Amino acid sequence: MEYKDFYGSKYTRRKRRGVLITIVLGFLLGILAMMSLMFGSETITFPEVVASIIFKKPSDNQFILHTLRLPRMLAGLMSGMAFGFAGNTFQKMLRNPLASPDVIGITSGASISAVYGILVLGYSGMRISVMAMVMSLIVTLCIYLLSQGGSFSGGKLILIGIGVQAMIQSAISYLLLQASQYDVAYAMRWLSGSLNGMRMANLVWFPGVLLVFGGIVLLWENKLLIMELGEEKAITLGLSMRSTQGILILSAVCLLAFGTAITGPIAFVSFLSGPIAGKCTGKGVKNALASAFVGGILVLLADFMGQHAFDTRFPVGVMTGIIGAPYLLYLLIDLNKKGGAI
Amino acid sequence: MRKYHFLYMGLGIAMLCAGVLASLALGSRMIPLQEVVRTLFGDGGDGLATAVVLERIPRTVFGILAGASLGVSGALMQAITRNPIADPSILGINTGAALFVVFGMSFLQMSTLQSYIWMALLGAFVTAIFVYSVGSIGAGGMTPIKLALAGAATSAALSSIVSALLLPRVEVMNAFRFWQVGSIGGATWSAVTTVLPFLFVGLFIALIISPQLDLMSLGEELAKGLGVHPGIVRVLGTLSAVTLCGAVTAVAGPIGFVGLMIPHVLKILFGPQLKWVVPMSMVYGGAILLFADVIGRMLGSPSELESGIVTAFLGAPVLIYVAARAKGGLSRHGV
Repeated sequence: MEYKDFYGSKYTRRKRRGVLITIVLGFLLGILAMMSLMFGSETITFPEVVASIIFKKPSDNQFILHTLRLPRMLAGLMSGMAFGFAGNTFQKMLRNPLASPDVIGITSGASISAVYGILVLGYSGMRISVMAMVMSLIVTLCIYLLSQGGSFSGGKLILIGIGVQAMIQSAISYLLLQASQYDVAYAMRWLSGSLNGMRMANLVWFPGVLLVFGGIVLLWENKLLIMELGEEKAITLGLSMRSTQGILILSAVCLLAFGTAITGPIAFVSFLSGPIAGKCTGKGVKNALASAFVGGILVLLADFMGQHAFDTRFPVGVMTGIIGAPYLLYLLIDLNKKGGAI
Repeated sequence: MRKYHFLYMGLGIAMLCAGVLASLALGSRMIPLQEVVRTLFGDGGDGLATAVVLERIPRTVFGILAGASLGVSGALMQAITRNPIADPSILGINTGAALFVVFGMSFLQMSTLQSYIWMALLGAFVTAIFVYSVGSIGAGGMTPIKLALAGAATSAALSSIVSALLLPRVEVMNAFRFWQVGSIGGATWSAVTTVLPFLFVGLFIALIISPQLDLMSLGEELAKGLGVHPGIVRVLGTLSAVTLCGAVTAVAGPIGFVGLMIPHVLKILFGPQLKWVVPMSMVYGGAILLFADVIGRMLGSPSELESGIVTAFLGAPVLIYVAARAKGGLSRHGV
């Protein structure tokens, strides 16, 4: 009895700590969002931002705040959260922190359809998002089916994903070469992940998508935790693997594709959010929401730094790359040392 | 079996010759074959056709050399790491070379090809050692997955550093873009002669050590008994593999997947023995890169699609095939 109590209380303590840290992360995200509204070429005071955004009071900086900064902030916030959700889901499901969608080629599926849409069909907005979703789902399905032959293993899926990604990248280069000069500049900026020139009109559907698919991920997070124990154990515990995997993959891919279609593939965000959140909350605790918050924090922080920290303005994707690279290598070494899931 | 080996060897040489002719004849301006042959034998006259053919000779020569080097480099890496997917591009070595070149351009005011080559070689070596050690940490030593992920991650990390270095420096960006394309199209005679010594030394070492590597695949103890020094062979092999891909990268920028696909195809044709696979990698590697270059010129016309893009599109399915064929977990020696 004592034994059980001991573990019970420890688990409760861990769980409580996880919840607390998730709240702290959410709070941090809020502060960053506020900072990116307040600071820039023109500093706007906190009360003025609150008055203007929440209470709709007219302000001297109406244009800066509502046309320039708010869409930029919202796009960064929401795409960061979407990438965080998606990355964490894939990493948990494939039981490998390196198996994030940008490593295994799913992001490149969204990229190629968006590049095709922008350059060849001249589309913009919602149509590109839908195309990106469909294409990412197709790419995911292809990778999944190709890795089914023989016996399935996460490692195989990752390798095949790397191969698929290489093919798609070369197809993207071909499209870029074929297109006219003007569009190429736009497509290139989009491809490196950028929040420049974001408009409210682009973001209309994003909150809904984030709410629905993010909600699904949060609701099914219990099952994700069970899956992390391994396929055999999950089946023993009565989890129907196929349908659970299917629904989770569908939600994660939709989140990822929608975010990618709007901001472009922002490097490393979906890769880093899950592991960072996991480090913060501790092991064996639900951390999908924490990952989403970390994703948002990463994007907003990187954008803030890219805008203000250097003489040159760097697009957000380059900044996340630079922030992310050392951590990525650390993670890789750490992971191999433990000899874990690979 | 030997009979077939010579048949396939003939096939490879024929492909290489066809590749040379195609590379000289095809492009945004088509030259009839008899013109090409006449120019090669020195009586082409001073027409436009002759000028075009002469213009295409350096890139063709470099294409053969680069393809041969990349093929051999891949074969050696796969043998030494005992890893079926080792390839300069997958291991991130090309990106490492690129990063060092950009570093040299940005901070050390380098502007000559000679200095690029040394930087590229240095970058290739540092990255190779780094990726290999990261991929070997931990239980079970190096596995294909670990190595591939270490390579992919390193490559992603290094390329964001490259873009961060480039963005504020417009003049470096222009110089680098010219270099970065992954194409044999920019090759000039001076570039070819500059890298030639590196390539020759690399290929020479590869030919010498391939019988020893064959013996080592029987087991290290047995190889020692037969008079092989496994340590020396491994060091020489790594030196040769990295020199080859580093030198090619220095001139052409990153050209991926040639080193991955050539040895796999050749192992189907010639069996696993490196004393066949290594020399044949030169022939088939040269042929494939020439064809990739020609395809790129045809697809991209009137401009051109870089050969590196074409080789990636052709080679990535080989990676997928190798991975998909693997049974269950990819073991250390497996696939």
